[in-house]
Formats: sequence, C-alpha cells, structure tokens
Amino acid sequence: MADKPIAHQPPRVADKRILTGVHFMNGDEAIAEGAIAAGCTFFAAYPITPQSEIAERMARRLPQVGGVFIQMEDELGAMAAVIGAAWGGVKAMTATSGPGFSLMMENIGLAIMTETPCVVVDVQRGAPSTGLPTLVGQGDMMQARWGSHGHYEIVALSPASPQEAFDLTVKAFALAERFRAPVLIMTDEVVGHMYERVEIPGEVPMAPRRKPEAPPGEFPPYQPEEDLVPPMACAGDGYRIHVTGLTHDERGYPAMDPEAHDKLVRRLCEKITRFRDEFTWWEESMTEDAEVLVVSYGISARVALGGVELARERGIKAGLFRLITIWPFPDEILRRLAERVGGIVVVEINLGQIYREVERASGGRIPMRGVFHAGGRIHTPEEVLAGIEEVLRCRS
Amino acid sequence: MPSVKVLAQRQEQRGSRFTGGHSLCSGCAEPMIVRTVLNTIEDPVVVANATGCLEVASTRYPTSAWNVPWIHTAFENAAATIAGVEAAYKALVRKGKIDRKIRFVAFAGDGGTYDIGLQALSGALERGHDFLYIVLNNEAYMNTGVQRSSATPRGANATTSPAGSVIPGKPEDRKDLTEIVVAHRVPYVAQASVSNLIDLANKVEKAIKYEGPKLINVYSTCPLGWRTPWDSAVKIAKLAVDTCYWPLYEVEEGRYRVTYKPKEKLPIEEWLKPQGRFRHLFKSEKGKELIAELQEAVDRHWEELLMKERCTQGEG
Repeated sequence: MADKPIAHQPPRVADKRILTGVHFMNGDEAIAEGAIAAGCTFFAAYPITPQSEIAERMARRLPQVGGVFIQMEDELGAMAAVIGAAWGGVKAMTATSGPGFSLMMENIGLAIMTETPCVVVDVQRGAPSTGLPTLVGQGDMMQARWGSHGHYEIVALSPASPQEAFDLTVKAFALAERFRAPVLIMTDEVVGHMYERVEIPGEVPMAPRRKPEAPPGEFPPYQPEEDLVPPMACAGDGYRIHVTGLTHDERGYPAMDPEAHDKLVRRLCEKITRFRDEFTWWEESMTEDAEVLVVSYGISARVALGGVELARERGIKAGLFRLITIWPFPDEILRRLAERVGGIVVVEINLGQIYREVERASGGRIPMRGVFHAGGRIHTPEEVLAGIEEVLRCRS
Repeated sequence: MPSVKVLAQRQEQRGSRFTGGHSLCSGCAEPMIVRTVLNTIEDPVVVANATGCLEVASTRYPTSAWNVPWIHTAFENAAATIAGVEAAYKALVRKGKIDRKIRFVAFAGDGGTYDIGLQALSGALERGHDFLYIVLNNEAYMNTGVQRSSATPRGANATTSPAGSVIPGKPEDRKDLTEIVVAHRVPYVAQASVSNLIDLANKVEKAIKYEGPKLINVYSTCPLGWRTPWDSAVKIAKLAVDTCYWPLYEVEEGRYRVTYKPKEKLPIEEWLKPQGRFRHLFKSEKGKELIAELQEAVDRHWEELLMKERCTQGEG
C-alpha cells in the first residue's frame, strides 16, 4: 500500500496563530487576524454593525488557537471582561461601533486608572445615536480623546487600509503592553468592510508583559520604573495586589488626598506623552514643495490623496499629511509643516473635530478650510480639490 | 375569548395602526404580532420601540408604518423610555391636563430584552410603571446578521456561535426571561406565539386590564436567521408549541395557567429538523446526543410548568 499523504492532519494549535501569506480580506477581518497574530487570546464583544465581522471572525478563530471568545450581554460587559482578562494575564481586545463605544467609556477610564493593557477597536459609523448603522462616519475622534470622564492621555491609531488595520492592530498590542494602557484603533465602516490584499508576515512579535522582579511582599504594585510605567503582576503570579478605580498610591491602596491624586493623574498622562515620539506615525505625500497642505486620516486620507493629485494636475502645489497616530496629536510636526505652507485643508467625515487640533497646532496663523461631511459617504476627490482651491483663493 | 371573526373585525377597525409597506422580510412573524397586539387595545396607544429589525424596517425614511405616537429608543432602553413617557402622562393626569386613558406599549427583540435591555426592563418592572412590554423573540440578533443572543437555543448555529467540527453550535442553554419577569411579581406575565394569534389576543386583553407592568414574550419566527422557508413562520412556531419547547402559558397575579396543552406532545426533532440552524445536529453523534439532551430539558421544563400550574391554581 502506497504511503498515505499526511496533509489532512489538522494543523497544531500554535500553527494557526499567524496565517502567513497573502490574503484577500476586509479591514474587520484583518484586525481580528492582527490581534490573534499579536498574541491576543481573549476577545469579548457585543454584536454591532459595522463591527460584527470582527466578532464573527474571532468566534471562529480564537478556539483554534486555544483562545476564548465571549459574547457579552452589552458593551459595558465587554469592556469590563477585557479588563478582567488582562488582569488574568492575557492579551485582550474588544471591538465595537459608536453606540457601543459610548457604553464602554466608563470602563475605558477604569482601564486607564488601573493601568490595564488592552486594545479597543471602534469601527465608526454615522452618528450621533443609532445614526447610520451601515454607513461610514469619523465622528468619534473627540470621544476617543475625551469620552471618559476626567483628565487622561490615550493612544489612538487610525488605519487607512485592511493591510494597515492588520499592522496597526499588532502595534496596538505592543503599545498597550509598553504603556500598560488601553490603546484605541479608530477605524471606520469603509476600511472595515473594504476587501484588499493583506500580507501576513512569517513572524509577528508578541509584546511581553512587564512582570515585577521584586519578591512578593516587597513589590509596591504601582511603583513606576524610570519610564513611569509600573511592572504588572497578574492574578496567579503570587503577589497581593489591590486593583482599584479609586485614586491610589504606589501600594495600590485608595488615597483620598489631592496631592496623591495630582501625582497619579500626572504620571498616567506623562507615561504616554513623554514617549510619544516612539509611536507618532504619519505619512507624507508631495509635501516637500507644497503650498497647500491637506491633512486627513483613515479612509478620508485616501480620497484626499486623489484630491491632491487632481490639484497637482492643475499646477497647484498640494501635499498630503496623513495622520496614523491620532492621539496624542502630533502638534510639533504639524506646527513645523504649517510654517512652510500657505494654507491647510482638513478632510474628515464629521463637521470638524481633528480640524480644531490642526488649527490649534498651527497656531491659527494661516488660512484653513475644512472639507467636512457629517457621515454616510466618503468624500470625492473633486470636493477635496474644491477645498484646496478655496484656501488658495482666500490667501490671495 | 376573541374568535377569528373578532380578530378580523378589529383589523378593520384598528388595522391602520401598523400599516403595510414596511420592509420586514417575507415571512417575518413580527408584523402579525404587532398588529394583533395593537388591534386588541381599544384605547389610544403610545409605542416605544427599541433598536432592531422592527424599528429599522418599519420606519425607513421618509415613510413610517406607524399611525400611533411612536418613539425610537436606543438598543438597551425601551423599558426606560416607556417608563418616562408613562410617568409624564401620569403627571399630566394629576394636573388635570389630560383625562383620557392611554396605553403604553414597548416592543423590543430578544437581544434588546434578554441581554442589553434587561437592566432597564428590571428597573421599570420594579418601579411599577403602567405599561405592556412585548418581546419579539426570534432567538438571535437578526438585524446585525444572526449573532447568538441569550435567547438562542443550545445547539443552534449562529454567526458568533458557529457550528464546527469541534463545537456543535451554541454551547449554552437559553435564558428563561419569562420566569425572570415572573420573579418581579408583576400582575401579568405570559408566553405567546405567532402560531396562536387568538391566544395572543386573549393575553393582551387580559394584560391590559391590569394596572402596572405586564410582559408578553412572543415567539417570532425568523425565516432568514433560522434558515426556514419563507412561508413557514406559523408552521415552525406551531411546532415549537406542540413540542412544548415554547409552552403557551400565563402567570396572572402569581397563578400559573397553561393556555394550550398539545393533545400529542411531539418529539423535539419535529421542530429542529425543518430549521437550517440545527441541520448540523443530525449529522454527527455529538449532535444526536445534544438532541437527546434538548429533549430531556424540554420534558423537565414542561413538567415543572405543569407542576407550577397545579401548585398555584389548586387541584380543583
């Protein structure tokens, strides 16, 4: 009897973590694959359009890699479960869209206060409220920045393609561990649902969790290291830890005094802002000689590039600045660029959120125009071109 | 007890409260349930409608299927919104600014009731607002693409509880929402089905006589999500009732009464077999074991229900 091929043996669990190769997948699926490749083994979520493809992919894929998918009763539960899982020692993620993002806000603040590494994905749709469930929006950008109560810093990344959705999800897990903080992926319905080529590499790094070196009993769980981030002991590691959303001191115990509060909140902010250069990512096209700078992000940046190309065809020196890292906002880079150009156009699917940040960063010294739409569709390159021409007119 | 003729007369009189022209799927059970409920109530009605299939498909801009005052709420708070409307009405009555009897009805799906809306529902039941809550239970999140809910039966294939070679569909048992509401000791709670519209009308009639919170959990076939033929809504729901998977009963001031006892209790397979969401169960040994377990659970719950009826109604 001839040798039987062994190709039908199911792959080992570890083999399925990274689906190395070239795929045709949408942004939602790419986010799910990016998370699994980065070592995410816990996903809790609640169904919502246009995020459901992430949940559905996770429901199928996580059991294949020994992970856990839980569909929760709502988004409050989803975000809380992610915090619990992270303290259980695993890499955890949740994903939602606007209405669910609103429900997650309190627990995102809890993750910030308890310094819990995790990744939160918002596939934005037309809003406020139920808005346009199946259509695109970018109106949650300021909610990402300030949606939870209190003062804090947050890391938010915005992909413009399924490939970038994969790549940034991997990076988001690394940043979450690096800063012991929730990291947001602010994508949108079009990137979430568009199918494109996604190349998954042979190896994907799994960011380690920073564990305490001091023995139990000598480990103050919120004593930061030089970079302001404390190591994290998780359930089962043998340490006694008090995890609380109350203001706490290095020992983790509630400290109800203004000085302790100020110290803690400042450190939670500074541990991110001081090292922002590590993860301030952007992309420039044709900016070297640009007279008009177009600033955009996510799906809008791809349309904006079309508008910039149309302008170049007409002899207008336009260039594109595509934000990849949204928060913390790259003030310094935009300020320097603004000094070189004669006008700025901001393209986004809301009525001017990142516009305000650009205006602030550029000091309000040069003419600006917003190419806005409240949601439901992406812009056309012609609309972007009109914005460019308008800002030029108002300069002359 | 209303007859078919009475139902038809009511449709003549009040059928325009929920009109045709909406975009619910062919064979969807929801419009039949909504009409039966609204037609049965004589007084003016105000409706709160949670996000879901019914809301989306009945109010596509610039049209509306509703000829009654209607308010859309978020996914999780139909009960809280109708509570607000009812409290405002009572304040107006107290001030003498309104003297008509008005009825308040909330419509929500199983996702908006069993899962995300349970807290709002429990609060409204406890506070004792005067409203009727209708659950359109189609056993999954149909509006977002057939994700499992806590009403989804064990073993069903849903997009977030996919049936595969290792896991045969949803591993968890469904939640018994009706009994959770009974535990709030509200005046009237019932289970009904699209297959028994006279029974449903009868229950609405009874419910509306009580002051306070009332809930009717109505079994609502979804041909799209259950993968059944478009003309099978009544048939499939009837099988759920005749297998005692979905018993028709009411709890009136704590007294249980089974409103329909099938002459011949059918085996659970009769209900499972015509549905695509259970097809995988018939193809593996593991699936067949699960069917046996489902049968055991149905038998146990049915016996429990009959016992509750005996205990609360007395022997005579």
